[in-house]
Amino acid sequence: MVRTVHDQPGRGAPLPSPAGPTTQRPAQTPRQRAITWIRRHNAAPYLLLLPSVVVIGALVLWPTVQIGIFSFQNYGLPQITGALPTQWVGFANYTQILHDSEFWLSLRISLLFALVVVPLTLITGTLVGLLLSRLGPKMRTFVSSAAMLAWATPAVSASVIFVWLADPDGGIVDWTLTKLPHWLGGGAHWAGFSWTNSALPAYTLLTVLLVWTGFPFIAVTVLAGLRTIPAELHESARVDGAGGWRIFRLVTYPLLKPIFLVLLLLSIIWDFGVFTQVYIVIGELGNRDEYNLGIYEYSKAFQMPPAYGFASALAFVLTIVLLIITVGYVRASVKQGAVQ
Amino acid sequence: MTTLTWSRRSRRFGLNALGILVALITLFPILYMVSTAFKPATEIYSLTPHPVPRHPTLANFRAVLNGSTVGHPYWTFLANSLFVTLIAVAASSLIALLAAIAIARFRFRFRTTYLIMLLIVQMLPQQALVISLYIDYRSLNVLDNLLALAVVYTAFAVPVTIWMLRNFVAAVPREMEEAAAIDGAGPVKVFWRILLPLVAPGLVATSVFAFIFAYNEFIFALTFLLTDNAHFTLPLFVQYFYSRNGADWGGIMAASTLFTIPVLGFFLLIQRRLAAGLVAGAVKG
Repeated sequence: MVRTVHDQPGRGAPLPSPAGPTTQRPAQTPRQRAITWIRRHNAAPYLLLLPSVVVIGALVLWPTVQIGIFSFQNYGLPQITGALPTQWVGFANYTQILHDSEFWLSLRISLLFALVVVPLTLITGTLVGLLLSRLGPKMRTFVSSAAMLAWATPAVSASVIFVWLADPDGGIVDWTLTKLPHWLGGGAHWAGFSWTNSALPAYTLLTVLLVWTGFPFIAVTVLAGLRTIPAELHESARVDGAGGWRIFRLVTYPLLKPIFLVLLLLSIIWDFGVFTQVYIVIGELGNRDEYNLGIYEYSKAFQMPPAYGFASALAFVLTIVLLIITVGYVRASVKQGAVQ
Repeated sequence: MTTLTWSRRSRRFGLNALGILVALITLFPILYMVSTAFKPATEIYSLTPHPVPRHPTLANFRAVLNGSTVGHPYWTFLANSLFVTLIAVAASSLIALLAAIAIARFRFRFRTTYLIMLLIVQMLPQQALVISLYIDYRSLNVLDNLLALAVVYTAFAVPVTIWMLRNFVAAVPREMEEAAAIDGAGPVKVFWRILLPLVAPGLVATSVFAFIFAYNEFIFALTFLLTDNAHFTLPLFVQYFYSRNGADWGGIMAASTLFTIPVLGFFLLIQRRLAAGLVAGAVKG
């Protein structure tokens, strides 16, 4: 941990100390002996890492490997109860996936949802970040605190709140839409409109919900990035006659590009893999037309009769997709010097 | 000097108005949750919703607190959540601190590999891992066991905690440790007397994330705590209540308020302190 004289036992005679010559090292206690051993073998970092490696290995990495193993087996109800042994089935689960229309539907929902939510979250977050950077200190604290409260709201609470806002009986969304003028798309036909019973309205509601949850993190990160840009750059651009959009495109964006890249990849990972909010908004596992990939995989594992093998294959596909995006995220992080 | 031009003043006014608008839109769902929780049923299902309850009532909260909603009082679920969360926060902070020291203070083989592993592990989808963890926990016979749930939360909180904590450890000047060591303090003493007190504020800051993760976690709780709703954590309780009594919005919002407001309050408190710490650091240079 720290370098002391004892670090280099071969460094020659001990320094003469004013208190008189020290005797050769006395017999060490077990603790001292352990410390000496750790120093000699440079084992300290590995010992310090050991607990984290054990918990992550046992509860995150090993389960990932298990998913891979199960995905090549016919693991189901008889296997988990021990009535029948598990059998290797090769790629059977994966070929089943390829011919499974529900898989393609759920994959399409996941992809489309990420395609809509990610840009909306990034744009909203960036605009709020830019606004924050131009506010006075008090106002900035107020607005960013309000935004961070949305971020800190638990997914379960946020989901039930948004379902209540969009409730067909007494919800404020339908009421507002009936009161809106015609040319804004309002009208009496919105009365009693259900936002959760079919895929398009449900994912519209989920889009608003996830933008609401996700934009504060983007805004605060963009704000932190903006504050690293010297004010003179913006000023000289303005003196040169550049407008707001041109300044953003030519000065701000290029300087913050690495931050935007990381935020983009993180948002894709989060929105493609969203689970809790979808589970609550579509009303648990009732309506199969509204499944995204994660929900479909979960339903295969935990709805009767469970198909752990098939679900594991789906989970493995989901994991691989996310890992591919993660590779980009890791590379961007390494480039930024975060891995040091 | 002090007179601002018209356009500048109006622009500042415009920005502030925009800021207030953004804050209000953002806060609206949270405020509406609290307001609904205080509304009697007649106001909740009225044809014209009001933002503020006209005849505020505590009936919704009373029902949630005394357990007439799902058979157990709110305190049962709060106790479960606190138990799981505090264990996960304490365990993950300790494990992460050791790892952060290794990363910040040592150069060793596999260091970069380890760091990249930490980044990747954070991105693995929980709804995938829950399958094998469910099967493992079932065979170990620890489903429905809150301590076992806390162990999973610890493992999932460790990577992000290490990732943030390593910067706090790196910020502690090495010279202080060296000085203590020259004065004869062993590594254990250096840890307790020098490093730990100096890293403590960072430990508080990073443990907030472990806290929020464990307190809010839904998928593992949903999957593991199936049989006995006396073992439910708060998020599971809110979801369970909603799925059973979907029309009792007053009760659901009261439960959700009791679950959410403490986190938000805690978060605001910490956030202000974090900001203060940042400013203090800037002044000292």
